[in-house]
Amino acid sequence: MEEVAYAEKTLKEIRTRGLFLERFLKFSFGFWALFAGLLFPILAGLILLYEARLAIEKFGFIHFLTYTNWDPVAEDFGALTMIFGTVVSTILSMLIAAPVAIGIAIFITELAPNWFKSIVSTAVELLAAIPSIIYGLWGFFILTPIMATKVEPWLQEKLGDVPLIGKLFQGAPTGVDVLTTSLVLSIMIIPFMASVVRDAFNMVPPIMKESAYGLGATKWEVIRQVVIPYTASGIAGGLILSAGRALGETMAVTFLAGNNPQIPKSLLDSFTTITVALANQFTEADTDIYLSALYYVGLLLYLVSFTMLGIAKFMVLRLEKRWKV
Amino acid sequence: MVETQTALKTRMEVKSLNFYYGSNQALKDINMPIYDRKVTALIGPSGCGKTTLLRCFNRMHDLYPANRYEGEILLDGESIFGMDIIDLRSKVGMVFQKPTPFPMSIFDNVAFGLRLKGIKGTELKDRVEKALKDSVLWDEVKDRLKDSAFSLSGGQQQRLCIARAIAVEPEVLLFDEPTSALDPISTAKIEELIVELKKKITIVIVTHNMQQAARISDYTGFMYLGELVEFNYTEKIFTKPDKKLTEDYITGRFG
Repeated sequence: MEEVAYAEKTLKEIRTRGLFLERFLKFSFGFWALFAGLLFPILAGLILLYEARLAIEKFGFIHFLTYTNWDPVAEDFGALTMIFGTVVSTILSMLIAAPVAIGIAIFITELAPNWFKSIVSTAVELLAAIPSIIYGLWGFFILTPIMATKVEPWLQEKLGDVPLIGKLFQGAPTGVDVLTTSLVLSIMIIPFMASVVRDAFNMVPPIMKESAYGLGATKWEVIRQVVIPYTASGIAGGLILSAGRALGETMAVTFLAGNNPQIPKSLLDSFTTITVALANQFTEADTDIYLSALYYVGLLLYLVSFTMLGIAKFMVLRLEKRWKV
Repeated sequence: MVETQTALKTRMEVKSLNFYYGSNQALKDINMPIYDRKVTALIGPSGCGKTTLLRCFNRMHDLYPANRYEGEILLDGESIFGMDIIDLRSKVGMVFQKPTPFPMSIFDNVAFGLRLKGIKGTELKDRVEKALKDSVLWDEVKDRLKDSAFSLSGGQQQRLCIARAIAVEPEVLLFDEPTSALDPISTAKIEELIVELKKKITIVIVTHNMQQAARISDYTGFMYLGELVEFNYTEKIFTKPDKKLTEDYITGRFG
């Protein structure tokens, strides 16, 4: 009888100890997960909204978004030049990066011999580890002169007289412009984009590819007709995630954009983006309304990035659900 | 018995085949015939090499580096190792252990192999329809050929994969445990289909399920540790096998 009581007591101790530990872990980890995943982003958004309230009241929403003047002295602010710069440089860098990144992913997953795969994979991932200021420095001191003296004059000579497209290459080639910025941005996002797309490609079950090979398909036919359609929304998700990175990129763009608050008339014009304006002007913002306007553009960037990430996540989820074999 | 024996035509022939995954020998000196328009089953415990052998028949192993064949496999007297691989795979089709519909419509799935061969227009339509009828799927899908292949049930998807494979009119069709992911009713349908298909096509099937081999196959090979222990007509294998090892496996003493 005593033994049974003793055993019961021990058992109870073990149970409660386990229970306590479990509860403790659940509570503490849960708190941090909640904090990092939910509270922090919401808090950040609320702070931006709070700090931007002066500018929101004064300039409204539609007006602020569509007005091109940014004049701290007259305290007259509109964000269109920055939004335009951000959107255009993001889209251009995506256009340059996407084919290259998808090509790299195809090479790594389908074409490269095994021993070479890991080398290329690692090399591409290391590119992502280079701090963005290094890209900025490299872009400014190495690439910009080359663009200004060689590439851009050549582009002007070849394309300057073509109707419509020629318009994109007008102006003095300075190298500090939309084209160089987008180029460097694309180099920065390629590693990330390539690894997301590679992961999507790796999700294709081998027997899926073997089925296509089994019908007499060549490697290229398998890639084009099975691998790419199979991973379509994964690729799209990867591209949008990368676009999120390009949207928020600051250091390199600050070096290369020229910080000129204007709507660029050609690819060879200097311009500005939301991030450039924030990085350059926060220290100079000496009036409340100036600071508030900067917070306002920050809020816009936050909203755009958040939406894009949301869309990306949704698409990747859809891929996983739909193609589960 | 003698009569059927003499009427048999050998479609494929395996001659002293060895196969290596890198330095690991997976098949040891395999010799066997594959008879024309018969169902040949390969049975044996997991890891015995039956799937490995099956995948030799259309050189699926070529997709991965460091795989090496020794010996010979003949298709209609011609070495498959000397053939163009695309050509070989359109003559020797394959159906896998899980349904593998491509991310496209039902029609496009069946048309896949035909389009690769450059078949277009009405001929394409006719041959897709014929393949779907031959795989007894036509009535279930004729009104929704444009729907995604993923909208079909597992059993229908597997029959779609069979339709896709027979659309290119292969001479030999390889089945790698085609019913292992299916419920009993779908399994029965696939089995009926295989028996029906053998009127036109030579079939090799790998199966874990001995009853299945007994039900649908004409010839059975029992494999163990990379060797073909015994090959004979199915009835013989399942009633009076020559080897003790085969008998032990058939009666469930190991495996």
